[in-house]
Amino acid sequence: MAVLVYADHDNSALKDNTHKAVTAAKGLSDDVDVLVAGANVDAVAAQAAKIEGVRKVLTAQSDALGHGLAEAISAAIVPLMANYDALLVPATSAGKNFAPRVAALLDVAPISEITQVVDANTFVRPIYAGNALETVVSSDAKKVITVRPTAFKAAGDGGSAAIEAVDPGPGAPKTRFVSDELVKSDRPELGAAKIVVSGGRAMGSAEEFQRVIEPLADKLGAAVGASRAAVDAGYAPNDYQVGQTGKVVAPQLYVAVGISGAIQHLAGMKDSKVIVAINKDADAPIFQVADYGLVADYKSAVPELMAALDQVKA
Amino acid sequence: MPAQDAMPRPLNDSFRQTPTMKILVPVKRVLDYNVKARVKPDQSGVDLSNVKMAMNPFCEIAVEEAVRLKEKGAAEEVIVVSIGPTQAQETIRTALAMGGDRGVLIQTDADPEPLEVAKLLKAVADAEQPSLIVMGKQAIDGDNNAVGQMLSALLGWPQATFASKVEIAGQAVRVTREVDGGLQTLELDLPAVVTADLRLNEPRYASLPNIMKAKKKTIDIKSVDDFGGLPSGHLKVTKVTEPPKRVAGVKVESAAELVSKLKTEAGVL
Ligand SMILES: Cc1cc2nc3c(=O)[nH]c(=O)nc-3n(C[C@H](O)[C@H](O)[C@H](O)COP(=O)(O)OP(=O)(O)OC[C@H]3O[C@@H](n4cnc5c(N)ncnc54)[C@H](O)[C@@H]3O)c2cc1C
Ligand SMILES: Nc1ncnc2c1ncn2[C@@H]1O[C@H](COP(=O)(O)O)[C@@H](O)[C@H]1O
Repeated sequence: MAVLVYADHDNSALKDNTHKAVTAAKGLSDDVDVLVAGANVDAVAAQAAKIEGVRKVLTAQSDALGHGLAEAISAAIVPLMANYDALLVPATSAGKNFAPRVAALLDVAPISEITQVVDANTFVRPIYAGNALETVVSSDAKKVITVRPTAFKAAGDGGSAAIEAVDPGPGAPKTRFVSDELVKSDRPELGAAKIVVSGGRAMGSAEEFQRVIEPLADKLGAAVGASRAAVDAGYAPNDYQVGQTGKVVAPQLYVAVGISGAIQHLAGMKDSKVIVAINKDADAPIFQVADYGLVADYKSAVPELMAALDQVKA
Repeated sequence: MPAQDAMPRPLNDSFRQTPTMKILVPVKRVLDYNVKARVKPDQSGVDLSNVKMAMNPFCEIAVEEAVRLKEKGAAEEVIVVSIGPTQAQETIRTALAMGGDRGVLIQTDADPEPLEVAKLLKAVADAEQPSLIVMGKQAIDGDNNAVGQMLSALLGWPQATFASKVEIAGQAVRVTREVDGGLQTLELDLPAVVTADLRLNEPRYASLPNIMKAKKKTIDIKSVDDFGGLPSGHLKVTKVTEPPKRVAGVKVESAAELVSKLKTEAGVL
């Protein structure tokens, strides 16, 4: 049995989600190859070749692949699957976009966002916003699986796999890329950060969000997250959203400021190691999952927190 | 105002170029999003007896978008389809009260997996020949986020998932999508499949007169046997369990106490 792992990257750097999917893949088979599909991805492929335990790295390159078009990625992967028993894809928005499409083309049932590999046919995945865990057995000869990265440890480096180019496929003739509008940030990436500071509706405005949440995140070396209410109101960009339908994070420390703790928000952060909540309502549901709760107005609590952090660092 | 005909025809005057455009909207009946799912003691699944059920929130957004496209003159008919139990008729009625024109229910008490749902929806699309399928990105029960992509693949149509903006432009649809790191805009040839994300729109509440009107709209009730029945699934759920519970921690009195606990007790600073 051999497994193909789809590499998560932005055409210039490989993302840690790939290393995590490799760990999940090792639960199915020792023979793990990585596919780097994109445009100008030779440097990314070189990084992938270093992942410990990877047998071979395949590269597929075209413009359509560079834009992550689902039709193009699926068309490139389907013929490759003649050689593999499973495809494992990190459950990012890019991965979720094409993996089910590959499954349909192979006439198999996709298995979404697994958090555990029990054996080569049996997987555990959260359902109902993480309020239940389903154990599912697949009878498909070929499996198409998305992997929730936060549930797996990253494979280390130290390998030196061979790199081989494969056919990039026909592209996506019925889809045209128009534009990208990407948020640039020097902060750690939300999904991979050790500390996350998130702000909620309590912020009241984008200015306040930037004035309160961002300096606290900077002081902690943290990534910034947000509740849906904060994103919908335009206080933070959409890709900051943590939750059932946003990003799933599991940092060492998650700090929720002015977030009530709706089921859908908890779904995205309740596996964090330590959770801190600052909320002026002592009955806010966020306190039911918080290790440390501070019932206070953030307007005074956050400056005090900043000062206290300066003290321990001094 | 000068007569319409005297005006140069704008390029994106889709209304004239595709006068018979139909939109198909698949909707799913699920546990209401405000209700916390409870696992059955025998671990056979989530308890759905005597709990509030509702239209999947992402499907509501899809219905709203389809109705808005119709109101703008970009579509003529909005057809709502659901695969589910008899009660899924109520879900379809809700969509008809929001402005859908007619419904199709493929009745089954089984909870078919995404691949089967996609195959049944493909059969409906083959029969109805819509120009656009707008659906939810995810059903909040199984959290699969799969049917739209699969349906698009089975039909051989282009797809745009996680849409936050949809515009018809002649024979194409222009979609802005929520992606890792920001937004991406794509243009797809019609027919196409679009899946709705949260920020696409805010669904309306149906007015009482529209609820009354919806009662008279037709729902065509079919059985899965009309489509060759449901094959035995590819996936078998062997158990459903509760996730490990997080115990509530302590309340701290001050920011200083918080920082000291994070440093010495939790060791995360
Ligand atoms: C299908 C669906 C999917 C969803 N997906 C997500 C998702 O992925 N992520 C997500 O986050 N939500 C999601 N939601 C929305 C979710 O249900 C909640 O509406 C949302 O999380 C609320 O955000 P909030 O906590 O910021 O706002 P609110 O619930 O309004 O809470 C604000 C909190 O701030 C506190 N507060 C106010 N002022 C202060 C102050 N001065 N100091 C301290 N505290 C203060 C209040 O006590 C309150 O607890 C989803 C909803 C649906 C229906
Ligand atoms: N039983 C169903 N009947 C109709 N539409 C469905 C059904 N299941 C899923 N869908 C559609 O597919 C979308 C994504 O669902 P899923 O892939 O199951 O998360 C939903 O928002 C619906 O639009």
